Amino acid sequence: MSIISAKKLAYEYIRRDKDGAVDGIVRALDDIDLDIKQGDFVAILGHNGSGKSTLAKHMNAILYPSEGTIWVDGKNSLEPENMWDIRKTTGMVFQNPDNQIIGTVVEEDVAFGPENIGIPSKEIWERVEESLKIVGMYAYRTHAPGKLSGGQKQRVAIAGVVAMHPKCIVLDEPTAMLDPIGRKEVIRAVRALNDVENITVILITHYMEEVIYANKVYVMDAGKVVMEGTPREVFSHTDELESIRLSVPQTTKLADELRKAGVPMPKGILSPEEFAEALCRLSSTM
Amino acid sequence: MLRDITLGQYYPTDSVLHRLDPRVKLLGTIVFLLSLFLFQNFTGYIIATVFLVSMILLSRVPFSFMVRGLKAVVILLAITVLINLFATPGIPLVSFWKFTITKEGIRSAAFMMLRLIYLIIGSSIMTLTTTPKNLTDGMEKSLSPLSKIKVPVHEIAMMMSIALSFIPILLEETDKIMKAQMARGADFESGNLFKRIKNMVPLLVPLFISAFRRANDLALAMEARCYQGGNGRTKMKPLKYHLRDLAAYLILALYLAATIVLPRIPALKL
Repeated sequence: MSIISAKKLAYEYIRRDKDGAVDGIVRALDDIDLDIKQGDFVAILGHNGSGKSTLAKHMNAILYPSEGTIWVDGKNSLEPENMWDIRKTTGMVFQNPDNQIIGTVVEEDVAFGPENIGIPSKEIWERVEESLKIVGMYAYRTHAPGKLSGGQKQRVAIAGVVAMHPKCIVLDEPTAMLDPIGRKEVIRAVRALNDVENITVILITHYMEEVIYANKVYVMDAGKVVMEGTPREVFSHTDELESIRLSVPQTTKLADELRKAGVPMPKGILSPEEFAEALCRLSSTM
Repeated sequence: MLRDITLGQYYPTDSVLHRLDPRVKLLGTIVFLLSLFLFQNFTGYIIATVFLVSMILLSRVPFSFMVRGLKAVVILLAITVLINLFATPGIPLVSFWKFTITKEGIRSAAFMMLRLIYLIIGSSIMTLTTTPKNLTDGMEKSLSPLSKIKVPVHEIAMMMSIALSFIPILLEETDKIMKAQMARGADFESGNLFKRIKNMVPLLVPLFISAFRRANDLALAMEARCYQGGNGRTKMKPLKYHLRDLAAYLILALYLAATIVLPRIPALKL
C-alpha cells in the first residue's frame, strides 16, 4: 500500500523585486511523480536548490502544490480538512536541532506533539518513555536540551515525532549540521525506526554514505526527479551523478576508477566490505 | 562572558516548596509582597520575618543564593535608606552641617530597608524553587478565567516559555557574533557611551536577522508537530492540587489574617 504518492506535482513561487513587482516565477518542483510504500526507507538526494526540501514540505501539508496532487495515506493535501490528519500521519524532522526544540526539559519537548493532538496525560508518559528508548535518549529525559550535543538534540527531535505515532517520518537533512559522530547516531536511530518500528522513512540528504541503507533512492535536480532506483542502480551511474554536482560514495568512486583503468570491478559497489569481497574474488580468478 | 547571566535562577533540589503547586507559590508571593505594605509597625515585621525565615528554611536553598539577588539593588537600597534617613521630618536626634537625623527618619529608613530586602528575598524564593516551565504553567492556569474575555492567556504563557528557552541560545549566538566581529577588528570595549552604542550595530543586525530566522524555523517545526493553539491541548504534567497545596493555602490565609489583625491590637503595638 502506498503511503505517499504524487502525480504531476509542481510548485512555483513568485520572486519579487524590492518594489514588490513580479521578478520571475521559479519552478521549484516540476512534474514530480512519486510512489512510496508503507515501510519503505526512501532517500531523496539532490544538490542545494534542487527542490528536495520543497518536496519534503509537501509531504506534511506545510506547502501545497501549485499543480498536480500529492496524497498522504490516501488523503489529498489540497483539501483543507485533511491538513491535521496529514500532519499526524507524517512527522517531520528539520535540519537545525536548536530551532525545533520547544521544551525546556527533554521529556517535555518529546511530549509537545502528543499534547497538541490531545493525548491523555497517562498515555503521553508512556509514549515519551517508549520513543526516548527507541532513539536511545531515555537516560537524558530530565536533561536540559541546551546542554546536549547536536546528535543528541536531533535524536530528541526524532523522538518528539515518534511520540505522535506517525506512519511516516520525513527527515529534511537531519545530519547537515552535525559532526561525524552525531551523524552516525542519528542514522542509527533512523534505521532502527524503519527496521524495528516499521515506520516509513524519507531521508533527504546530500551525504551519499547515508543513502546506501535506503531501499529506494530518488535523485533530484532543478526541481525534477532525474533518477530513481535502488542505491546500487543509482550509484552505478557515476558520471550522470557527477554532472549534477553529486558525488558517489568513496568506495564506489574507487571501484569506478579501477574499472576505467582496466580492472574488471563490478558496477554499483556500495560499502568497503563489498569492495574487499569483489577484490578477493578478482584475485582468485586471476 | 555573557553566559554568566542567569535568568529564572532555578535552584534544583527537593523540598516541600519545590513540590508545591506553582499557583500556590504565585499567590503566596503576591500575598507576601502585599502584606509588606500593609503594616506600619514592628509587630507586622516580626510576623513577616518569622514567615520569611521559615520559608527560607523550608526551601532548603542556601541562603547565599538568595542574598545574591540583593547585590543588584545595593545602590538603590542605599539611596532609599539615605533619603528616608535625612528627609523625614520629626524630632531631631543628631544634627550636623545641613543634615538632621530624626527619630522618625531612623524608623522609616529601617522599615524601608527591611521592606525592600524582604521584597527581593520573598520573590526570589519563588523563582529559586520553581522551574520556568512550571511558573508559566502556573500563570496560564491561574489566569485562565481571563481567556473568557478574549485575553490570549495560553499564547502569552507559550510565548514566555519559548522566550525563556531561547535566552541561552541567543546569548551563545551573541557571543559567537561578537567574537567573529572582534576577529575582524570590531571594538566593543573602548570609547565613550555613544561610540560604544554605535559599535553595537554590527552586532545587533546579524543577531536580529538570526533571531527572526530561528523564530520562523521554530514556528514551522511547531506547526509540523500539529500545534494549533491551546484548544484541545492536553498536558503531560497537568497541574493538580495535592493535600500539601491545600495546607499551604491555609497557612497563607492564617498569615494574611495575622498580618492584618495582630498589628492592630493595641497591646501588641510596637
